[in-house]
Amino acid sequence: MQPVDRQTYRAVAAPAPKQQGPRRDPAPSRMAYKAHRLWLTPVFRAFLRVGVPVFLVLLLTGWYFSNPTNRYAIGEKLTAMKRSVQERPEFMVKLMAVEGATPIVSDAVRTILPIDFPISSFDLDLDVMRNEIMKLDVVAEAELRIRPGGVLEVAISERAPVIVWRTGEQLELLDNTGHRVASLTARSARADLPLVVGEGAQDAIKEALMIFAAARPLATQLRGLVRVGARRWDVVLKDDQRILLPENAPVAALEQILALDQAQDLLARDLTIIDMRNPLRPTLRMADQATDELRRIKALDLGDTSQ
Amino acid sequence: MSDLYAQQRAMRSMRQAAMQRGVIAILDIGTAKIGCLVLRFDGTNQHRDGDGVGSLAGQSAFRVIGAATTRSRGVRFGEIDAMQETERAIRTAVQAAQKMANVRVDHVIACLSGANPRSYGLAGAVELNDRSVSEDDVGRVLAACDVPDFGAGREVLHAQPVNFALDHRSGLSDPRGQMGNRLAVDMHLLTVDSAVIQNLLYCIKRCDLELAGLASSAYVSGISALVEDERELGAACIDLGGGSTGVSIFMKKHMIFADSVRLGGDLITSDIAKGLQVPMATAERIKTFYGGVVATGMDDREMIEIGGDTGDWERDRRTVSRAELIGIIRPRVEEILEEVRQSLDAAGFDHLPSQQIVLTGGGSQIPGLDGLAPKILGQQVRIGRPLRVQGLPQAATGAGFASAVGLCLFAANPQDEWWDFAIPAESYPARSLKRAMKWFKDNW
Repeated sequence: MQPVDRQTYRAVAAPAPKQQGPRRDPAPSRMAYKAHRLWLTPVFRAFLRVGVPVFLVLLLTGWYFSNPTNRYAIGEKLTAMKRSVQERPEFMVKLMAVEGATPIVSDAVRTILPIDFPISSFDLDLDVMRNEIMKLDVVAEAELRIRPGGVLEVAISERAPVIVWRTGEQLELLDNTGHRVASLTARSARADLPLVVGEGAQDAIKEALMIFAAARPLATQLRGLVRVGARRWDVVLKDDQRILLPENAPVAALEQILALDQAQDLLARDLTIIDMRNPLRPTLRMADQATDELRRIKALDLGDTSQ
Repeated sequence: MSDLYAQQRAMRSMRQAAMQRGVIAILDIGTAKIGCLVLRFDGTNQHRDGDGVGSLAGQSAFRVIGAATTRSRGVRFGEIDAMQETERAIRTAVQAAQKMANVRVDHVIACLSGANPRSYGLAGAVELNDRSVSEDDVGRVLAACDVPDFGAGREVLHAQPVNFALDHRSGLSDPRGQMGNRLAVDMHLLTVDSAVIQNLLYCIKRCDLELAGLASSAYVSGISALVEDERELGAACIDLGGGSTGVSIFMKKHMIFADSVRLGGDLITSDIAKGLQVPMATAERIKTFYGGVVATGMDDREMIEIGGDTGDWERDRRTVSRAELIGIIRPRVEEILEEVRQSLDAAGFDHLPSQQIVLTGGGSQIPGLDGLAPKILGQQVRIGRPLRVQGLPQAATGAGFASAVGLCLFAANPQDEWWDFAIPAESYPARSLKRAMKWFKDNW
C-alpha cells in the first residue's frame, strides 16, 4: 500500500466504531405494550392515585377494627382521654352550697344528693338533681348551677306555710296555693297559723285565707274552718258555734254576720248554728237551754201558770 | 361496493371521534422504517391571530406531540410479509411515540406503499333538468360512474372526485348551488390488493389500535412534498422508499394517478452487500455515509474502510474507493428511475401542462441525484422535503418522513371521497327500509 493512500485513508475514512449495526430497538412484549397503554389511561391513573390508597386505608382500618381486642383497646383509650380532660382541676366540683334554705331543708337536700366531692362537673346531671330536690314538698323553686371555683350552688326558695290542715289524725302545713309544706306533730307547734279541716280543704286555701282575713274581728273566738262536702266552708267558733257559709261569696256572707254581730251582738247569744247557706234568709239555731227559756218566757207571756 | 362504503364510512366516523378526543396517531409502515407520530388537534383557529398569514394547508390545527421511528421488520415492497414481526415493529414505534407524547392513542391513520396500486379514471353524468346542484346530486353523479371491473381481491383505497363539469363548463371544483342541465364528474379510483389491507388491519388490531383511515403513501407524500402551485399546475411526486417507489401525479390539486414501482433503496443496499461482500448492516451504513451517483476524480482517491467484520482485524481490512461504490449504486438508481419513467409515461405525464417532478423519500437524499434524475425524468426535477409541521422533531423532518408528514396533513384536511357523499336512494335495494328512510329524509 502506498504511503499516500494510507495518508488519505486515514484522513478520510472514519474509523469504524465497534458494534456497528442497526440501532438496538427491541420490541416491547405484548404484555409490556398493554401495560404501558394502561398506564397512560387517565382513568387508570386516577384510580391508582385515588382509588387504591383509599381502598388500602379502608381495608387496613377495617381489618384493624374487625378485631374486638383492638376495638376494646381504642374504646379504653378514648374513655381514658375523656376522663383525663374531665378530671382536670378546672372542671372539678369540690363542695355544695345550699342557699336560701332552712337548716332542716338544707340537710334534707344533702341527704337527697349524696355526692362525694370532689367530682367532675361532667358527671353532674343538674336537671336530674333539680328534679330530685323538687320532689321535696317544702321546695318551691330550686336552681342548680356550678359556680366558677368548683362550687355546686343550690339556690332554694322554700314554700311559706300559711295554714294548718288537719286530715284524720294528721296535721299538715300548707302554703297559700294549697301545696303541702310539711307535717306537724302538734297543733301547738304552729299555733299562730289558722286551722282548716275537712276533705278538699287544700284546694280552696285561697278562699279560706280570705275568710280568715275577713274574720279577723272574731280572732279570739275563731277555732277554724271546716270544709263541708268539699264544697263550702263552716266557720267554727268557740263553744261549738258554727257559721255555715254559702258556696258562693262566703266572705260577703261572713261580713253580713259580722255586721249583725256588731249591731245586735249576735254571736254572744246562745246560738249553735248561724246558717247563711242562703244569704237572703239567714237562719239561726239556738241551743237547747235557750230554746227552753224562750218557750218558758213565751208561755209566761201567754199566761201559762203551770210553772 | 356498498360494503366498501360501510368500511370507509366507519373509518371516517372513527377519525371524527379521534378528532373529538384530540389525539390521533399516524403510522407510516414502510419497508425501511416504521414511523409513528402522535398528533394533538387543538381546534382550527387556535393559532390564528389577526389578518396575518393564516394556517398553511390547515396544518397549524394540529401539533406533533410524539414521534418515533423504528427499523422496519417483516415488510417487503411496502407489504406486510411477516405479520408477527411487523406487529412487533408497530408496537415498538407506537409505544415510543406514546411515551414521548405521554398520552394514550387509540386511533391510528396508516399508509402503505406497496400493494400494487392501480389507478382508474371514472366518468359519470346525470341530468339535472335545470335545477341547482344539491348535495344529493353530487352523490347521484358519483354513483352514476360506471365502475370498471378491477377484479377480485382488489379493494378501493381512494375514490376522489377530481373534476366536475356542468353542461359545457368543466374544471369545477365544487358544483353545488350552480345551475345546469347536466352534471358530469371525473373520478380517480385507486385500488390495491385487499389481502395486503387485510394483513395491515389485522396487525393494527393486534396492537389494540383502531384504524381511523388508510391512505396510499404515494398520495400522502405528494401532499407533503409538493407545494401548492405544483399540485395546481401538474406535478409528479416520486417517493423513493426502501422497498418500493411511489409515483403520484397531481393536477388541479387532485391526485389523478398513483403507482408503485417495486424497486427501492433496499435493492441498492443489497447490491452493495453483494458487490463488496459485506453484511447488509455495513452496506447500509456505507450507502448512507458515502453513497452517491456521480463520480469525480476525487472519489477515486477517497478510500472507504468497509470492515468485513469477519473477526480477522489484521487481514480483513478491505477498503474500496468511493468511485467503486458509486459504480455499484448508480446503475441501480438509474434502473429505479427508468421504471419510474415508464410508469409516468404510461400515465401520460407527457401531456400535462407542467411536468414538474419532485423526488422525495429516503432515497432522494443520495448526493448527486439532482444531477442524474433530469437525465432520465426530464428537466424539471427537484428534491423535495416534506412541509414543516408544528412540533415535529428535527430528526423527523428529513425527506424520509414525507409520507408521515403527508399523513398528518391528510388527517387534518382529508380530501372529499366518494363515501363522504350521501348514497342516492336508487342504489339501495328496492324494498329496503333504508331506502324508505332516505326518501323521508330527502322529502321533508
